[in-house]
Amino acid sequence: MAKPTRGFLGRGKAARDPRLPPGQYDAGDQWPVLNAEVTPHLDLATWSFSVEGLVEHPTTWNWEEIHALPVSAYSGDIHCVTTWSKLGVNFSGVSVDTLLDAAGLKSTASYVLAFCHTGYTTNLPLADVTGGRAWVVWDYGNAPLPIEHGGPARLLVPHLYFWKSAKWVAGLRVLDHDEPGFWERNGYHDRGDPWLEQRYQGD
Amino acid sequence: MTTDQPGGGSWQMATVSEIRQETPNAKTFRMTLSTPSRRLAGQYYVVRLTAPDGYTASRSYSVGSAPDDPNQIDLTVEKLDGGEVSVFLHDEVIVGDELEVRGPIGGWFVWSATTPAVLVGGGSGVVPLMAMLRLARQTGRSDLVRMVVSVRTPKDLYYADEFTGSETTVAYTRVTPPSYPRPAGRLSASDLVPLLLPDATAYVCGTPGFADSASELLMGLGQPVESIRVERFGPTG
Repeated sequence: MAKPTRGFLGRGKAARDPRLPPGQYDAGDQWPVLNAEVTPHLDLATWSFSVEGLVEHPTTWNWEEIHALPVSAYSGDIHCVTTWSKLGVNFSGVSVDTLLDAAGLKSTASYVLAFCHTGYTTNLPLADVTGGRAWVVWDYGNAPLPIEHGGPARLLVPHLYFWKSAKWVAGLRVLDHDEPGFWERNGYHDRGDPWLEQRYQGD
Repeated sequence: MTTDQPGGGSWQMATVSEIRQETPNAKTFRMTLSTPSRRLAGQYYVVRLTAPDGYTASRSYSVGSAPDDPNQIDLTVEKLDGGEVSVFLHDEVIVGDELEVRGPIGGWFVWSATTPAVLVGGGSGVVPLMAMLRLARQTGRSDLVRMVVSVRTPKDLYYADEFTGSETTVAYTRVTPPSYPRPAGRLSASDLVPLLLPDATAYVCGTPGFADSASELLMGLGQPVESIRVERFGPTG
């Protein structure tokens, strides 16, 4: 532990919500918007989501087709590397397991690179997007996901820092190796576990 | 020893050497780094406060100073209502205090003064852009930059005495200085037309609402979407 900062008493460790990982604070009703590119206005008529790369059947869903898949929901917390967390949020969409099962993973599959309609990318170990831990979501609360938060649809990987939950997601490329994405090439950690404070390269 | 780690390096102690009041609710903290670190214009540092019981709070702040001196950084901090870190920095920190910092961070919203840049800032979003403007002036490449900053009133303008050259303009949205040629009003396309440079990268920094509207204006004027880099300031105290 670092030496205490002169005069800083903080809000008290005891009162701290145990759902908050180290170094995070509760953003309450706020949901900060932090993305590095221009917010895109995507047309649902031409929207698509694809699973490609090391799969038996590369598959693309349009907006109607992806909505025909079994609905899956997440209720819990999300954590941004810029130190805010939101507790007790609700998203729904489809489980990434459902999408990968439909495409059929090849035996060498071990990582995915999520890619977006804006060109943004982020890398994830396959184990972090399977087993009921990742979704493509289009509803927040009981309403469509707002555009500034990634609508019409974003990736949701809530057990990792939120830059992994790519906004305006367009698909997953299944790989047999780890390939750093946008922020990972720009100084951020390759995995991003908030409980281990894996914020930046080297953590 | 000098470090050069785009990933942010490790935590280090920095000593506050000077505090300057920029506006009624913004202060610049000049800090001397215990481990000098090279950086790029546009990067930021994280400040971490530690309580006696081990509780910590950290926030990110852009560096406003040009990147020529690896020994010190200027962090300009806006005081936010109820902001756990910004209120502490404003109300408690004095010259001579030691603060724990980490950086520089960010490899995207950066500029190296070798290509044209259009800088569009809203309010406190001017901070990383000022690092770029100062770099351009120091290296004699003011010709590469055009900058516009949107603020509500003259007293909200950070670094006001540096808005002197023809490469900078200020768009006041509510109140202008006396006999200012531009009437008060929101940033518009006509403010941006004179800024456009061929093959420039646009750097837009401000609140999400400002960043989106400025980006839309730039795209409307033909700035390619892939040449617009955006940094949004969230309400993080």
